[in-house]
Parts: sequence; C-alpha cells; structure tokens
Amino acid sequence: MKDTIEIRWHGRGGQGAKTAALLLADVAFKTGKYVQGFPEYGPERMGAPITAYNRISSDPIRVHSNIYTPLYVVVVDESLIESVDVTAGLKEDGAIVVNTPKSADEIRPHLNGYKGKVYTLDAREISMQTLGKNFPNSPMLAAIVAVSGIMEKDAFLADMRVSYKHKFAKKPEVIEGNMKALELAFAEVTK
Amino acid sequence: MGIRERLSGNEAVAHAIKQINPDVMPAFPITPSTEIPQFVSTFISNGEIDTEFIPVESEHSAMSAAIGAEAAGCRTLTATSSCGMALMWEELYVAASNRLPLALALVNRALSGPININCDHSDSMGARDTGWIQIYAENNQEVYDNFVQAYRIAEHKDVRLPIMVCQDGFITSHAVENIELIETDQVKKFVGEYEPEQYLLNPKMPMAMGPYATSPFYMETKMAQNEAMKNAKKVILDVADEFARMTGRQYGFFEEYRLEDADYAIVMIGSAAGTTKDAIDELRNQGKKVGLLKLRVFRPFPGDEIAKALSHTKAVAILDRSEGFRAGGGPLSAEIKEHFYDAGLTTKAVSYIYGLGGRDYTVDEAKQVYAELEDMIENGTKLPQYRYIGLRK
Repeated sequence: MKDTIEIRWHGRGGQGAKTAALLLADVAFKTGKYVQGFPEYGPERMGAPITAYNRISSDPIRVHSNIYTPLYVVVVDESLIESVDVTAGLKEDGAIVVNTPKSADEIRPHLNGYKGKVYTLDAREISMQTLGKNFPNSPMLAAIVAVSGIMEKDAFLADMRVSYKHKFAKKPEVIEGNMKALELAFAEVTK
Repeated sequence: MGIRERLSGNEAVAHAIKQINPDVMPAFPITPSTEIPQFVSTFISNGEIDTEFIPVESEHSAMSAAIGAEAAGCRTLTATSSCGMALMWEELYVAASNRLPLALALVNRALSGPININCDHSDSMGARDTGWIQIYAENNQEVYDNFVQAYRIAEHKDVRLPIMVCQDGFITSHAVENIELIETDQVKKFVGEYEPEQYLLNPKMPMAMGPYATSPFYMETKMAQNEAMKNAKKVILDVADEFARMTGRQYGFFEEYRLEDADYAIVMIGSAAGTTKDAIDELRNQGKKVGLLKLRVFRPFPGDEIAKALSHTKAVAILDRSEGFRAGGGPLSAEIKEHFYDAGLTTKAVSYIYGLGGRDYTVDEAKQVYAELEDMIENGTKLPQYRYIGLRK
C-alpha cells in the first residue's frame, strides 16, 4: 500500500468531478495499475459541494474508506476554496491543482498555509474555447495527469480518445473539442 | 481465462445479469441501486439480452411481479435499496414461503429517518427473518461472483428459496475498481437453464400457488422453509467449490483473514472488511496477533462454524453496520453471542456499531478496536459491552 497514490477531488454537483475521477481510474487501469474511483455524496442536487476520490496502486487495493491524507487535490470549482478546507490533510510533498484564471501565487494565500506545490489552470476558459460551454472536468483531468505524472501525455491522449469515442458515441462532434481541451490543459497548467 | 476489467459494483452486477440473461426483471428505481435496472434495460434495448423488463410503479409491485413471474416458471430478479425494500416487506415473505428462487440485487442503504442515501445494513438486516438467503460482498469482485452463484443456490431442489445478493451502497456500488470477469459462455454453463419441477404455466400439472393455510398446516410450511435453509448450507459450499474450480476464487460461509493464530478478532460484513485487513497487516508488522472473520453468508447463519473459527481467540469485537434497537447491539452480535453460548465459549465478545448512514470507517478506527480488545484482556480495563465507532464528539 506504500506506493498508493491518493487523490481527492472537490467540485460542485453537475460539474463532472465524479466523472473525472472515474475517467482517471479508467486511464490508470489501462496502464496496468490497481485503481479505485468513487464519489462521496451529500445531498443530491446541482451545485452542492461533492467530493470524489482516486487510489492508484501497483498492489490490489482493499481499503474502502475516504481519503484523508491525499498526495494530490484537484479543485474543480474555485469558489469552494472559501467554503471547504480543500487542503485538509494534503501532503506537503504533494500538490493542489485549482481551476482558476488566477496565478498560483494569487491562490496560495487562500490555502490555509499549505506549503506544497500549487498549480492553476483556467479550465473554464479552455472549455469555453474548445467546447463553447463550461465543462471544466476534462481540462482538470488532464491537469492532474500532467502534475502527477501518472502516465505519459501521448498514452493518456490516445486512451482518452478511445474513452470519448465510447462515451460520446451518440454525439461524436464533441470528441475533437474535448481532445483539444486536454491538450491545452497539459500545456497550460502552471506552478 | 478471466477478463481483466474495471467496473463499479452496480456495473459488475449488471454484467452478471447480462451474462445470465434471466427471463424477467420487474424493477422500480431507488438510489443507490437505480443503475442496475438502468443498465439492464439498456442491454435489452440494445438487443444484447432478451429479458422481459417490467417497469412497475412501486417496489411493492416490483416484488409482486417478480413473484408472479417466478411462480409462472421464469428465472426472475429485481433490484432495490433501503425504503424500496421496506415497501416490498409483505412480498418478501410471500416469495420465501412460496419457495420461489428469485434473486434480489440489494444495494444496502440506510433507512429513514433522517433520510439518508448512504450505506448501512439496516435494510437487509431488518429482513433477516423473512426466509431469504442473504449473501454479502466486500467489493465489486465478490458481488459479481456471488451473483453468478446465486441462482445455483436458490434454485437447487433441496433449497428453493429466494436469495438476496447484497453489496454496500456507494462504497462498492459506485466505486470503480479492478475486477476479473468470467467468459460469458462459462457463466452460462455454470448457471445452467432454469427447469422448475412445478410452475403455474405447466399444463401437464395444474396447481394452485399461495393458497390459504389453516392452523393444522401453516406451521409445517414454516418448518419446511427452515429445513430448506439448513439444506442451503451444503449447497452454498458445493456451489462455491464448483465456482472455485472454474475461477480459482474460493468462497465459503466466511473469509478468515490472518485469523488462524489471532488473539484478537474483528467480525464484520461487507466493504469495511477490506479496511480492517489493511489495519491487520499494519498491526501484524508490529507483532500484534490480530485477525478478521468476514461473514459472507448471513442466512442461513453459520453460527457453529463461526464459533469454531473464533474459539481460540482471547477477545472478539463484533461490528454491526445496523442498529438493533434492543439497547444492546446489532443483529450480528446477538446471533454470534448465542452461538458462543451453545459452543460453551466464554470468549469475551464486545458489540460495536459502525458506519450507520455512510459514516466512514477507517484503518485507524479498526486499529483502535484491536487496541481496546487488547487493553481489556491484558490490563483488565473494563470495556462497555456495547459501543459506537466514530461518533461525533
């Protein structure tokens, strides 16, 4: 269990944080890892804060509790930083990735003194550019793959194309936009 | 060869259903089991299976329709959770007493109130005396494997009882994890065709089903149900052995994890057992002799076997994920202590309640339970015989 990477996602209901966690489990599975991807639900309604989790390991995963000391945290909705303690238990040798137009230096003072690495990405802007709508989860998924190095960029993009073909079988016109969003996110996520 | 996949628990059950291709599935949606009928109806509309899906207007009707279909001679199932099962209450007894081997994919969820969508075992534990076989799972692999074995157990001529295949709501039902699937032709061969000896739509042997039983006859039907439940024990083990020959995955009434030489044991059901296993490995590395008995089969209750497996321990913590409201612990604890008495054991057994309404259960909390057992035995510290894990301070 020592080499298990634990990731916690913070989002709002309807933004796709759970879907992103499941997609991350999917792509990590394809690299031959043992994976977990699971949501923690509060009240089921659009806009309510939700948490989702990933464990990725070389060994079978047995633990079924939530994650309290993650190596990485992904914040899909910047406004949560003010209402949720997103860095709670976050390891100092890990990192947090926040969806925001602001820089890491601007965000850091809002992170309860977190001393680890802070990355930011304007996932909303990327999504609006590539899809014409605000679906921040695809860019944030690419950002956490880039930051964590769970897998190589080219292998990730190839796997995601397959996943999207399956997921968007009935609306293939959105596949290219999503792929572009992933590539931009890889390029733009910054410390 | 097994097929390596990653699926949620609900996807895993739906996949088993697809492979088995049962005849009829009436269902009404309720969180967190909704995905199961949703996936199955997609398989049907895609032409992948020819199961007759009956969208009913309530769980009461779902179980009624399932009873009707099974009585007619069809291999039948439904899925539900929590209040959905509560609404099936009357029919649960009808299914069992009419000896209808239908399957219920139960995704365990707390009962109201306060209203809560998350996992505990109150729904199935409330139904423990309805005459259904109950099998529980730690993860997606186990719930899949249990479902593949379910009809073989339920439909066996010595059993003919309905079966509940349970998994933990959200914790396994909505968690994507690695899984090894069985080839569909192997599943079909293992499960076989359903050939009931007696059924309503058999013109060669007209029969009545579910008639009134007067006092001179009613009690014998109950005794017969209990005999069937006794017979189920052998059938469950036989089916598990055959399943192991096919897959290499061996099941029994329960799993013993590092229990053989353990001084202190936790007994529990479901997904939290995996968390306890991680705690055990950590404590074993520190030289602590701790182990786990994870119960798979709750009905029929393998009480003698449990007592024997725990007889060498110094103390046992019995963890229930449902309240019994007897002001003294949950149902698992009550039944195990009964069998300790019958087996002449004086092993200290402490009842704990954990995980109600989705309250998390962590590795640290499991370690704390072992520490409390050790403290009680080694230092003579008095431990309340009934306590909660992880309550808000």
